[in-house]
Amino acid sequence: MLDRDKGTSTANPVGTSDKPAKKLSRRTLLKGAAAVAGAAAGSDAIRGFPTIWAQEIKDIELRHVGVSYSVVKAIGDQAAKDLGFKVTMQNLDTSAAINRFISQPNTVDIADLEGWQAKLAAKRGVIQGIEVKKVKEFDNILPIFTKGEIDGHKIPRQGISPYEAMYIAKPDSTDLNDGVTEWATFLPQVYNADSIGYRPDLVGHEVTEWKDLIDPKFKGKAAILDVPAIGIMDAALCFESAGLIKYGNKGNMTKEEIDFTCNKLIELKKQGQFRATWTTFDQSVQLMAAGEVVIQSMWSPAVAAVRVKEIPCVYAPVNIKNGKEGYRGWCNGMGLMKHLSGKKLDAAYEYLNWYLSGWQGGFVARYGYYSPVPSTAKKFLTPAEWAFWYEGQPAPEVVNDPYGVPMEKSGTKRDGGSFLDRVKNISCWNTLMDEAAYMNKRWNDFKVA
Amino acid sequence: MTEFEAFADMQPSLSPALSPAQISPRANLAGWLYVSPLVLVLVPFFVAPILVVLAASFFATDGFGGLTPGFTLASYVEVLHSALTLKLYLATIKFTVVTWIFTLIIGFFVAYFLVFHVRNQLLAIGLFLLCTVPFWTSNIIRMISWIPLLGKEGLINQALLGLGVIRQPLEVLLFSDLAVVIAYVHQLTIFMIVPIFNSMARIDKKLIEAAIDAGASRFDIMRLIVVPMSKSGIALGTIFVVSIVMGDFFVVKVMSGGGSASVVSAFYEDVGVLQYPSAAASAVLLTLVLVAIVSLILRTVDIRQEITR
Repeated sequence: MLDRDKGTSTANPVGTSDKPAKKLSRRTLLKGAAAVAGAAAGSDAIRGFPTIWAQEIKDIELRHVGVSYSVVKAIGDQAAKDLGFKVTMQNLDTSAAINRFISQPNTVDIADLEGWQAKLAAKRGVIQGIEVKKVKEFDNILPIFTKGEIDGHKIPRQGISPYEAMYIAKPDSTDLNDGVTEWATFLPQVYNADSIGYRPDLVGHEVTEWKDLIDPKFKGKAAILDVPAIGIMDAALCFESAGLIKYGNKGNMTKEEIDFTCNKLIELKKQGQFRATWTTFDQSVQLMAAGEVVIQSMWSPAVAAVRVKEIPCVYAPVNIKNGKEGYRGWCNGMGLMKHLSGKKLDAAYEYLNWYLSGWQGGFVARYGYYSPVPSTAKKFLTPAEWAFWYEGQPAPEVVNDPYGVPMEKSGTKRDGGSFLDRVKNISCWNTLMDEAAYMNKRWNDFKVA
Repeated sequence: MTEFEAFADMQPSLSPALSPAQISPRANLAGWLYVSPLVLVLVPFFVAPILVVLAASFFATDGFGGLTPGFTLASYVEVLHSALTLKLYLATIKFTVVTWIFTLIIGFFVAYFLVFHVRNQLLAIGLFLLCTVPFWTSNIIRMISWIPLLGKEGLINQALLGLGVIRQPLEVLLFSDLAVVIAYVHQLTIFMIVPIFNSMARIDKKLIEAAIDAGASRFDIMRLIVVPMSKSGIALGTIFVVSIVMGDFFVVKVMSGGGSASVVSAFYEDVGVLQYPSAAASAVLLTLVLVAIVSLILRTVDIRQEITR
């Protein structure tokens, strides 16, 4: 499908035939994607290296470092196959990753960054600006990221939205730029909207509000995410939902707001609300699958993983209502480390371009994550997969996971509806608050209480 | 680290007997050669990193991972003034003491059984090796394998429910302090068994026979002979258990279901949000506390003397 041998002569169909879309509506998005799918049949999605280079690039190795749900070996292997140089994927947890980027920047080539990490990495001067012009699909990246809006809907800026962290004024600027420029800190590659997972058989009603997580009915059967920076936002969503407090900015709380939130958490803990807290994907799956909890903050693929074990589990659609609720969004993107130059830098740009050319988008879609360039991802999905994962329609046939294992029966509908229903209901983004040190201290108070 | 401190602490007790002047230069050189492998490992991998941590604890930070070289006690003031620090130490010391008591009791009696009740020495060594079998797999696997056993729908709860002993699954079995202690005791008892076994094995059996002949009761033998002569083993085991528990955060995190914290887990979270100086200050404080505890143990029991006895 990725025919590199055709070289650069073929014009890229995506860049030319499909000039999108200052205001991208779902219709144009789908129409464009359909046109692309047609055009792609006879041409290539990737430019590939000119043959003269082919010898020299063999020795290049790119080290792509980041969290396991974003930096996936199967994707790196495919990239290496298509591009002809070596790609090594290395996984660390969120905190180890940002520490490595900052303290050993030369051991990383491509840093996989969340919005807030991109802000930090820029501040510390360990990344270089990505020249937007060199990214072929840049104009096809959803305006959620490039312009901070979609379908005329402004993307909320509570927390650090990908758009907010996206631009710097000059390639070596250390401060973010508010507004579009020619230089990007990171190139979004995968994202999703997190909410609550629950056992419909044991909860007994449909969950659409965060406050159910702190409902005394589920005392001793609830769990919350224990990564302070984002766990506190899940807690904030609960307390706001229950009408206990109204935050100025959940993603950047004042000390008073942090105190209120943590004191409330301590109170709930002492009342025995939480069966446990979890830090990894697997832990959250275990808690739910082993019957320890019936409701907890959870990630979409984790819910799917519980369901694969034939245990009913639903991902709560927490659409924004009355200025409350909403999903907590996150987005990982690729940053170029400062030390990249010459051929290695060229290879890194090739790699970025490959990432947005669709194979990866198709791969992550099959476990419930989204690509910033759905138009290319669509080419790598069957119509049934596209309908199920992106359009929120009942699956026309059995849906498989990325490794080909059947995952959803035909007729099932994805929780939370279509892609647009979900992203438009993101109310805050993963973040690192200004008062992070204080927040961390108070979170530890909660842990040790 | 513990060996190092034990070693460092032995030095003073060595010097009164042989003052430096009495040692010939050649013997001195030989001495240095003996310790050089240890020094080569300890200096780059222990001393240097701890100096870096020490330096970082005095630096200022911009809150975004940037360190400003300088000298400020702000991080220490913050750590020492925080009620959180006290709570964390209380939580950690609680786990340490409870784990120590259980590992000591179990470790002591296992060693006692192996040394004094198993007549066949080959069998004793075989049984001793059997104690190490669980250690052929990783710490983490040994800990995690408790989860399906202790959970709400775990084997123990299923069995108790099946027998009609309980009506509701016992929640206290998992994601609780109890679960943390179970995992620690399981992981660390071997560190008690080995040194205690070692020191007990060197007790002359004739001594016990003589005591029996002289009319001593079993309890007296235990109290007046076995325990005092196993002191060095107990002390070594204690050093292992205490320093491992106080330096741990993973067992607490997993087995308490995130419901409890420890000193190390708290400063690990600090590192996660790039608060290096306060994390470094907490680490230095913990090192000092551990050094104090270990030297207290060494002061109570003169391990060197006991071993060369």
